[in-house]
Amino acid sequence: MKFILHIWRQANPQAKGFFEKHELEVEAESSFLEMLDALNERLITLGKEAIVFDHDCREGICGSCSLVINGEPHGRHRATTTCQQYMRDYQDQNELWIEPWRATAFPVIKDLMVDRSAFDRIIQAGGYIPVRTGAAPEANTQPVAKPVADKAFDAATCIGCGACVAVCPNASATLFIAAKVSHLSSLPQGQLDHKRPAKMLAKMEAEGFGSCSNYRECERVCPKQIRTDTIVTMNKLLYQS
Amino acid sequence: MTEEQPLDSFSPKGPLEQRWTQHKYNLRVVSPANRKRYRVIVVGTGLAGASAAASLAEMGYQVKTFCYQDSPRRAHSIAAQGGINAAKNYHNDGDSVWRLFYDMIKGGDFRARESNVFRLAELSTSIIDQAVAQGVPFAREYSGYLANRSFGGAQVSRTFYARGQTGQQLLLGAYQAMSRQVAEGHIEHFSRCEMQDLIKIDGKAKGIVVRDLLTGELSSHLADCVVLCTGGYGNAFYLSTNAKGCNTSAIWRAHKHGALFANPCFTQIHPTCIPQHGELQSKLTLMSESLRNDGRIWAPKNPADCGRDPRKIPEQDRDYFLERMYPAFGNLVPRDIASRAVKHICDDGRGVGHEINGQKLGVYLDFADAIKEQGADVINEKYGNLFDMYQRITSEDPTQQPMRIYPAVHYTMGGLWVDYNLMTSVDGLFAGGEANFSDHGANRLGASALMQGLADGYFILPTTVSDYLARQTPLEDKDYPEVQQAMNYSQSRLDRLLNAPEPKQTPDYFHRRLGKILWDHCGMARNEFDLKQAIEDIQQLREQFWREIKVSGNDKQLNQTLERAGRVADFMELGELMCIDALSREESCGCHARVEHLTANGEVQRHDNDFGFVSAWQFTGDVVQPKLVKEPLHFDFVSPGIRNYQ
Repeated sequence: MKFILHIWRQANPQAKGFFEKHELEVEAESSFLEMLDALNERLITLGKEAIVFDHDCREGICGSCSLVINGEPHGRHRATTTCQQYMRDYQDQNELWIEPWRATAFPVIKDLMVDRSAFDRIIQAGGYIPVRTGAAPEANTQPVAKPVADKAFDAATCIGCGACVAVCPNASATLFIAAKVSHLSSLPQGQLDHKRPAKMLAKMEAEGFGSCSNYRECERVCPKQIRTDTIVTMNKLLYQS
Repeated sequence: MTEEQPLDSFSPKGPLEQRWTQHKYNLRVVSPANRKRYRVIVVGTGLAGASAAASLAEMGYQVKTFCYQDSPRRAHSIAAQGGINAAKNYHNDGDSVWRLFYDMIKGGDFRARESNVFRLAELSTSIIDQAVAQGVPFAREYSGYLANRSFGGAQVSRTFYARGQTGQQLLLGAYQAMSRQVAEGHIEHFSRCEMQDLIKIDGKAKGIVVRDLLTGELSSHLADCVVLCTGGYGNAFYLSTNAKGCNTSAIWRAHKHGALFANPCFTQIHPTCIPQHGELQSKLTLMSESLRNDGRIWAPKNPADCGRDPRKIPEQDRDYFLERMYPAFGNLVPRDIASRAVKHICDDGRGVGHEINGQKLGVYLDFADAIKEQGADVINEKYGNLFDMYQRITSEDPTQQPMRIYPAVHYTMGGLWVDYNLMTSVDGLFAGGEANFSDHGANRLGASALMQGLADGYFILPTTVSDYLARQTPLEDKDYPEVQQAMNYSQSRLDRLLNAPEPKQTPDYFHRRLGKILWDHCGMARNEFDLKQAIEDIQQLREQFWREIKVSGNDKQLNQTLERAGRVADFMELGELMCIDALSREESCGCHARVEHLTANGEVQRHDNDFGFVSAWQFTGDVVQPKLVKEPLHFDFVSPGIRNYQ
């Protein structure tokens, strides 16, 4: 397979970025990031700087990878992170535009890499259950109904990649927060902190994310299929508190 | 290689079940009012690092944490799928701390310390309590109580799990606990920072040099002790199930400062990974071995059938080789046994799937019978996300046709040598989680990696680090010549990577070549001739590396090529030590199969009298001539038996 690639290059957060054009021959079985690896090998050999992008586990769970491919965060295949996109998914296209996440609260660091540390600070604002190590009671003391545990788990699968922010016209992190609130506050262990949604949402605003106005694009691109009903759960808790 | 005094692990004596309790009582504590005067550095924020940092910070120490990822939430612990063991005996099927202890000692093929392993089994139950209280959404039964399953080689149901994402959920629990401490100002965290060197002052570990990966700036950080929780070194093999960034640099730097490196050749090859599809593949993906609970492993009896559609191969022409060879355990035999059996079948010409270098490397893992017996819904409930993952990578649906699997490097039991307090041979330098060698012997029992990381982080390190600090005066803030020395060393190493005399090849080029040498000669089966060849090959490759390594860009900026080059340089040295260790251990045990030491029917043959010890290697100033120091292993409560799974 032969591709024309237009890849976003930006030397640093202040620099003006631009699309750089490359042509590359690649096998259908290659993953999207392996394609970029191959291109980087070529660039390094030519003495040019490699294209910077975040990636780590390459199995869809660490949440590092974060590319917008032809306008879609994480590419065209649904419920999938960038690292699990394969070139066979792009058999009908020969021109690809590859960009970083775009959001004020996720400034570009270099090329395709952005700064998502705002997500860490949102978690620090209340995305935890405060239990001291060693203070926990026997685990089976408190049964949790299976549907409740399952619902908490579904929300807890969020990998913190930020695709929800990248796709949102408001660049809102509401789905990210709702997933954490829904996970923790559904469980009896997490119900004591009524202020959790308010604290996390206030932090979101302070970090420069927008608010939710129900476009529901986030749900469409979430690689872990976190649903917007978590936002309903969060809003209920918010108004109750 | 000369020998000297045997190593002492300072394990407590007395009845096994009282050792940890008694030891805790004997350790010193720091009074709550004094704790804020002490500083602790934790490098690596996966399960072990994040849980240790959170717990130490809760106690009141000033903690600094460092990770190379952009957030602690992305550490590779997150990828652990299967589960975590705990001797809760919720299934009333005869489990106990003693049984878990025995299973781990036996699983490790009698190459681990009784005291450590018993402590781990003992702490397993508290980990589950802690995780549940933090909101880790473990699987539950309809009754609302926690669900358990049996896992890789265990004959009781003691494994707790959160669908196929147990590692993710446990890591997020630890990350959240850590985040709380960051918010409270007890932890100062540095993401995208990589440790370059250890700072020793008066022989004691008192700090580190890190490189800010965004700006390229080197900086030094001092503390009263240093804890390394930087994971394993499976990426030495290039292709492994580790994340791309996983590396050995922190522990290798520590090793070069005098920390002994124990059992480097004990690396676990996991039987159920998705086979390689091409030469340029960048990593391998594990399929949780929980799949072996319901999937049946087979290969065609006849090599001529290997290219056929597996669904069309009739039952009588299939060889369910694990069930045939190991009737008692069947598909649930331990990892090393399953891996070697699969390799054996493929070497025999009965592999299936893609051909790599003229060989088909894969066997089938088939769910057709399980779906027939239990229904597609039940199987999907258990393994749905793993099936999706498989289908995404291979574009084949495991509910419609059998999966293909092949072994891959997954976990490293070796690591920094630590005593019972998890302190390395460098005073004040601790190691936790996969970075140490402590509890898994020659082979790790399934679902015990998460357990060990969290036991180290939540319960052991907070206790033993406190004891150490209680015996220290807080480090004075002043200029130490050792700091500048470490900074200079770190800078000179970067300069060397950037200025090779004949720059030609990329870091990945060298990494792939090193990986192939190790996989071929220091992988599932090893022999003297090949290991000697491998040592020579690695030495030559290393020479070529320093002559021809090509890194574009400079060191005063974000430069991922430079990061990779630095990691590969360390793997080049560790790789040789792995081969030296494998060569010196003239026996087969656990994952370590030396073909000269197999029984007539191909089973591993230990030599307890000659090799009943931990091999701890000391850096002598020359990588090619490490010194072997032995820690004899004593078995007072179990007698090393032959690991027979037939």
